[in-house]
Amino acid sequence: MKQSITLNKITQLMGFGFLKPITALFTGKPQKEDIVNFLKKIIVPLLSILLFLGVWQGGSKALFNKEANFKIEKALADQGQAAADEIRACIASGEISCQPNTLPSPSQVWTSFKTLLEDHKVISADKLAFKEKTAVMNEKRIAAGKEPITYTGRPSFVDQIFTSLKTVFAGFLLALVIAVPIGVVIGLSTTLRSSFNWLIQIFKPVSPVVWLLLVFMIVKTLTKDSNSDSAFIISFISVGLCSMWATLVNTAMGVSSVDKDYINVAKVLKLGPMQKVFKVILPSSLPLIFTGLRITLSVAWMVLIAIELLAQSPGLGSFVWEEFQNGAIDSNSKIIVAMFIIGIIGFLLDRIMLTIQNMVSFNKNEGV
Amino acid sequence: MAYLELKNVCKTYEDASGGTKVLSNINLTIEEGEFVAIVGFTGSGKTTLVNLINGLIKPTSGEVLFKGEPVTDTSHERGVIFQNYSLLPWLTVGQNVYMAVKEAFPKESKEKLQAIVKDYVAMVSLSPAINKRPKELSGGMRQRVAVARALAMNPEMIIMDEPLGALDALTRGNLQDEILNIWSKDKRTALLITNDVDEGIYMADRIIPLKPGPNATLGPEFIIDIERPRDKTSLNDNETYKKNRNAIIEYLMDIGNERKSVSNETYELPEISPKSFVA
Repeated sequence: MKQSITLNKITQLMGFGFLKPITALFTGKPQKEDIVNFLKKIIVPLLSILLFLGVWQGGSKALFNKEANFKIEKALADQGQAAADEIRACIASGEISCQPNTLPSPSQVWTSFKTLLEDHKVISADKLAFKEKTAVMNEKRIAAGKEPITYTGRPSFVDQIFTSLKTVFAGFLLALVIAVPIGVVIGLSTTLRSSFNWLIQIFKPVSPVVWLLLVFMIVKTLTKDSNSDSAFIISFISVGLCSMWATLVNTAMGVSSVDKDYINVAKVLKLGPMQKVFKVILPSSLPLIFTGLRITLSVAWMVLIAIELLAQSPGLGSFVWEEFQNGAIDSNSKIIVAMFIIGIIGFLLDRIMLTIQNMVSFNKNEGV
Repeated sequence: MAYLELKNVCKTYEDASGGTKVLSNINLTIEEGEFVAIVGFTGSGKTTLVNLINGLIKPTSGEVLFKGEPVTDTSHERGVIFQNYSLLPWLTVGQNVYMAVKEAFPKESKEKLQAIVKDYVAMVSLSPAINKRPKELSGGMRQRVAVARALAMNPEMIIMDEPLGALDALTRGNLQDEILNIWSKDKRTALLITNDVDEGIYMADRIIPLKPGPNATLGPEFIIDIERPRDKTSLNDNETYKKNRNAIIEYLMDIGNERKSVSNETYELPEISPKSFVA
């Protein structure tokens, strides 16, 4: 019983309250209420997923037919009946070279997903083999004071995911390091708040693309005579700059709106200024700061894809762009795979932040 | 020399329309070891008065003297129990008290401070809840934590701003006894602000009504000359108690009525009659 309570508490904290019916079914005697809940919260969503897949399948089928008919008619108009029949037969046979290029169906996307995983296995095996092969040589090179040979082959899809995560976390940390201290300082002083407000209000709505260009201008010059990874630096700084505003505004608001009672307590206890900030003001504004950080992380993930796409830095964004440029028969379905992966990772990141947010907030609010 | 003295204290809150005068001409003296209660209607400026005495705000004119020195800031010598507990919700009961103790005795060792915290938490009988957070406690328990926090700093004077206002009658009674116990143990000076006449009579040596604001000022004092420790049940038959209670309530009723009928203005009504749509 106790186990089920802690389990429930954890799922509740993570905002996975909708899993409660399942845990109830497994951890205790299912009540009638639990079964109704199970139907409501598990079966209905599952049905909605099926409906979504159905619409998708139907839609892609319709688009496929439209594209196919268009191809056939074009052949008929340009080259005559024989060519049109040939194309019709080619499409029906499933030959890759003449398939219409349109929205892929769910099954195609699933196949691509498996292909990408296979591809990852192959590349990892390659990498491992390369490492073993060069191990001895690299030792010699390092001993001789030379740079070791590194694997420079094509990254797999999974590698791209990790590169993107690395970039987004670097950007997020940058946003945290910049926005929280500035937010606290601005929140504490009305003078500073009113003097910096215009700056925040102007820069907050600036598009990620513009930030990228600005960072590009600066970083390009700064890294001119070093061989550091400037694409990575540019993209993580742009991500940080784009996403830090939510944290900045929320922190300033949290700090400036601390309950008057707490301030009175701090005065009556005669806390010093530092003590007041660290023991009263910061803890009481933590929930708002974390709300800001949660928004920051989701904005960071969202702009990351666009920035990678533009900055040509490796990651999911450039994966999508390369696949789009590539135009192979399964490129479209790979893009859709990337779309789902991006969505799912964004969702998981948000849940992680929500969990932390719920742990630090003292006036328990239910997860959204 | 009086222990705490308020001389012609006025307090005006400035705003765009010139400001509201909340308190005017407050004169009050409290001797060492006394228990004084100030009784007043809600909104009559009681909290402003408390904040003036504990140093959170400064008077617009007049002087607040504590042991002969003007009050300019808060001080550990005057412990405050706030109306709405004001516990820090992210700290446990023990940590809330510890924070106060650490500020009051910065030179003591950690073990000593922890021992003090334990003692005072035990005094308000909350030892089992020492590691709980305020949100897990009931209103009465929270107020007891606030009492422990204020007293753990070992103040010379305890200022209580409607400390029991939000509690149910039973908890109220228990806490009244606890506060009286603590007060009588080492005879500190106490100032209780309340809206409950019975509570005032039960606990205090003197009761001073606060006439309702704006322009609130103190009324005539009533001395409660009843032997301590007082017993709640037999108090009801005590002649002094009855007499005082009636006198205070009558006084409060009178100023209450006065407040209602304060307007002498007569309004001239326009000369109009209903219009006839028929003719």
